[in-house]
Amino acid sequence: MIQTAPASLRRMLATSQSAPRLARGVKLRHDETRDRWVLLVPERVLAPDDIAVAILKLCDGNRTIAEMAETLAEQYSAPADQITADVIEMIQDLANSGFLIDGGKS
Amino acid sequence: MSPTLDQHHPQIEFDPNDGLALLEGKGQPVTAKYGIPLAVLIELTHKCPLQCPYCSNPVEMERARNELTTQEWKRVLDELADIGVLQVHFSGGEPTARKDIVELVQHATDCDLYTNLITSAVLLNREKLAQLADAGLSHIQISFQGSDATKADRVAGFRNAHAKKHEVARWARELDLPLTVNAVMHRQNLDQLEDIIAMAVDMDADRIEVANVQYYGWALKNRAALMPTIAQIDRATQVVEDARERLKGILDIDFVIPDYYAERPKKCMGGWGRQFFNITPSGKVLPCHAAETITELDFLSVRSNHSIAWIWQNSDAFNRYRGTGWMPEPCQSCAFKEIDFGGCRCQAFALTGSADNTDPACALSPYHSATFKTAETEAETGATRFIYRNFAGGTLEAEPQDGK
Repeated sequence: MIQTAPASLRRMLATSQSAPRLARGVKLRHDETRDRWVLLVPERVLAPDDIAVAILKLCDGNRTIAEMAETLAEQYSAPADQITADVIEMIQDLANSGFLIDGGKS
Repeated sequence: MSPTLDQHHPQIEFDPNDGLALLEGKGQPVTAKYGIPLAVLIELTHKCPLQCPYCSNPVEMERARNELTTQEWKRVLDELADIGVLQVHFSGGEPTARKDIVELVQHATDCDLYTNLITSAVLLNREKLAQLADAGLSHIQISFQGSDATKADRVAGFRNAHAKKHEVARWARELDLPLTVNAVMHRQNLDQLEDIIAMAVDMDADRIEVANVQYYGWALKNRAALMPTIAQIDRATQVVEDARERLKGILDIDFVIPDYYAERPKKCMGGWGRQFFNITPSGKVLPCHAAETITELDFLSVRSNHSIAWIWQNSDAFNRYRGTGWMPEPCQSCAFKEIDFGGCRCQAFALTGSADNTDPACALSPYHSATFKTAETEAETGATRFIYRNFAGGTLEAEPQDGK
């Protein structure tokens, strides 16, 4: 299930057909003490906002961004095309930071 | 045990681009109660087969007989998880010199802690690494002393260390363990930086930490042999900037410049007692891994009858330099006092004789220009022989055979 691509092939260019998942060493968990979702990465703890949490929860390496956008469109009662663009942008930023990689359907 | 902590919710600044912010209590007023840190450094032992001349351990190292037992460390891990710590970094010395390392990683995993192993890697075999991965190890950080085996092994004072590290890095990849390359940089290897970054990419590391030596303890003893020149630092900064752009999404690069060449001090440890503590092999709870160099402070141990949360919030050592109230002039009236929190107390102690003084890395310190000149002179004319780190107080490197 988990694949180890050479680093040069890992960088994801997010499109509506990408299926992102959390990169190695990145964990999303709920912190009971502070009552908030946190993203645990090597040497850092990040605090995703509500939208980022909603997106990260859907990044399972199987769902495409288009599918994620549909789910989010229902959840937030917003048009899917508009959401797709926002999700692609956010996922690209997360990928550039090394937190997300492509689930590898291609 | 029930820790008596005020529930404090750090105010987070959100980055509009990726919806992420560092959870470190940004914007928190300095008078606020100090929430338990998110991550804690655990130094399991001071034993290490390497002899790096810049080791961050104290010059007076802790003997194995004083180390916490397996049961004591497990109790510490329970307590840390209980009070809200999320990550533990297992370090040393060499943490895998402890026979119970797999058991302790497993225990931390069982407590739902994110575990990081900070290792020289030379004591690991594939079976042990597989056991660590199975025990839930979240991440491994392997130190490298350079890109060239002969030079790197000389710095480590350990034959074949470099080749062994490469082998372990390869196993880490096979076991799908996230990998950070930690490269400690100084005058005698800084010119290899491009090669070291390329090496990290070749071994498919996720991150590299380019950490310039910080000069306390062993490194201070070896400062003349380690201090880089300004030209080297300028070039290294450029190399890192170029590589960051080129390797975006492929290799994350952390870069810490040596503060001797800075105008303003670093925000050391994020501020004394604000967001970090570490636990020594014998269980002392410190605001910084170098804090024991400040000989006038007393640090409480997890073996005392106080909880870790109590030590963090109430002990004299943690409160001594917390916030800004302790600051002398020129810090007290400085506009940056809540930005750098006065820099580094250990450095103030080491270079001025008192930890109360302004960090000499700051241009406003009366010691700054002398410090900077010393660094410059040492970088240009300093000897290259190392004093190797060991339990005997250090051993001077043999004279070079080939004149280099």
